[in-house]
Amino acid sequence: MKKNSGRGSFEGATPSEFNSGYDFGGQWSPSELELARRQARKKKNQRSALIAALSSFLVLGTLVIVIVTSPGWETLRNTFFKWAYGVEVLPKIILGFGTNAMLTVIAGTSVALLGLAIALLRTSRSPALTPFRFLATAYIDIFRGIPMLLVILLVGFGIPALQIKGLTNNVLILGTLAVIITYSAYVAEVIRSGILTVHPSQRAAARSLGLSHFQTLRHVVLPQALKRVTPPLLNDLVALIKDTGLVSILGVTDAVRAAQIQTAKTFNYTPYVMAAIVFLLVTIPLTRWTDRMLRNSLEKQNAQGQA
Amino acid sequence: MTTPVLRLEKVRKTFGSEVVLEDITFTVPVHTATVFIGASGSGKSTLLRCINLLDQIDDGQILLDGEDISAADINPDEVRKKLGMVFQSFNLFPHMTVLENVILAPTKVQGVAKDVAVDEALELLKRFGLKDKADQYPDRLSGGQQQRVAIIRSLARHPRLLLLDEITSALDPVLVNEVLSTVRDLKREGMTMVLATHEMGFAKQVADEVCYLHNGRILEWGAPSAMLESPSRPETKEFLRRVHDAGRL
Ligand SMILES: Nc1ncnc2c1ncn2[C@@H]1O[C@H](COP(=O)(O)OP(=O)(O)OP(=O)(O)O)[C@@H](O)[C@H]1O
Ligand SMILES: [Mg+2]
Repeated sequence: MKKNSGRGSFEGATPSEFNSGYDFGGQWSPSELELARRQARKKKNQRSALIAALSSFLVLGTLVIVIVTSPGWETLRNTFFKWAYGVEVLPKIILGFGTNAMLTVIAGTSVALLGLAIALLRTSRSPALTPFRFLATAYIDIFRGIPMLLVILLVGFGIPALQIKGLTNNVLILGTLAVIITYSAYVAEVIRSGILTVHPSQRAAARSLGLSHFQTLRHVVLPQALKRVTPPLLNDLVALIKDTGLVSILGVTDAVRAAQIQTAKTFNYTPYVMAAIVFLLVTIPLTRWTDRMLRNSLEKQNAQGQA
Repeated sequence: MTTPVLRLEKVRKTFGSEVVLEDITFTVPVHTATVFIGASGSGKSTLLRCINLLDQIDDGQILLDGEDISAADINPDEVRKKLGMVFQSFNLFPHMTVLENVILAPTKVQGVAKDVAVDEALELLKRFGLKDKADQYPDRLSGGQQQRVAIIRSLARHPRLLLLDEITSALDPVLVNEVLSTVRDLKREGMTMVLATHEMGFAKQVADEVCYLHNGRILEWGAPSAMLESPSRPETKEFLRRVHDAGRL
């Protein structure tokens, strides 16, 4: 019973157990009817595959022909897809992407912690925290409503303009700070929505077991909430990786900036395309993985609904 | 006379303008079971939630072992350490295994060492025939098994008083019996209980006193045989007749 596949199998008695003791006339072999059915199904599948292949070939082929035969194709290829040049600048872009990666790790960790803290503040009911609850709400409203580029400019150029002693002028740090500020507001809302979806009866059960408010949050509410919001948070992580490219506007030499420098030298746009490919190499696998996680967690929820 | 485990005096509870409980007075001596019967919406769940301090009463007094737990300066967490509550909808924690569900409160609330708590939990699970389910997640258990785990979870804390709210009404008739026999065992072992139920046959077996709740008031109370076989109030008669017609007697 341990490794029971769950769905459909009935507690304690699998169909084979039901059947044991009865003799159904020895070895089973598929009937004429079943054989004919299998044949028909196979044919249908083959036809579907054929149609899919044909339609893909037609659509993609047309696309390629339209692009390649268009009057601007030569120029387009030379300005955007000069592979030899692309390979030449690739090391610089990858080096720049190291900055994006580092920024993602540092900002991602800080955003997770800060977002969680803000979400907890917003969902708290303690009267002592009332001013913080108000501040948290204001924070979320403000930073979800401003384009991130503006926040980056305000923090990156605004703070140094204050010329306060001891405050950093390092654009990398300021850029990271701006990203953290903006993303925390989003992530806090996602986590909060997860906390709100945990049914009140779970809280009641925990409290009636004698768990304090904090213990209930820590052992019962948060584990369930975070599990539910993991897929959307992974989505935000993909977005974060891309958005780290925005700090290039402050002069941080990330992948985008590195490509920009190369482009400025030769007026050839291939470095931009290379930078795009570098980003895609990271974001596409992550997106696929996120998709799979989401599907799995949905399936699990549906299975629970049946139980 | 010894102090009763639980005593309610003139308890009143309102939700907005709706009076849900009114003039509720009763006593639960140690080792006895008091069973509340009554139509849906009569206030049974609210009554149990008030005893557990999940809802706040609007008047009257609740005494647990002689201590006024409805006092303003009482710490609900301390009170709940003495109470076990089992809900109609089980409310097991879905992200924890059966064993983790059972040892959560002993380890986190009562400070029992983990290995001690595990030993005791396994002992309890074994006693109620659920030892092989210890490492399963709740969604893999039948409703009856889930409810028995919920009972065990509240027993693991050695409650002074067990509150059971219609613990069988979400179950198939076949599964009802395994849960009820668990409660009968507890009664035999001397657990003090307050129950709300729709199972009259069961009420007759475990109750020392049956109270009929009608629109938030205790209309009639007494020994189970007298209450269930020859009630004196017309409302009680009517209620029992309807339960009987529904095939629950
Ligand atoms: N949180 C709440 N807010 C407002 N009204 C409530 C609340 N909880 C319960 N009530 C009302 O209190 C009354 C009693 O409800 P309660 O759940 O105690 O009944 P019950 O006897 O347990 O019914 P059932 O047998 O259906 O479980 C009902 O009229 C219900 O609408
Ligand atoms: Mg109820």
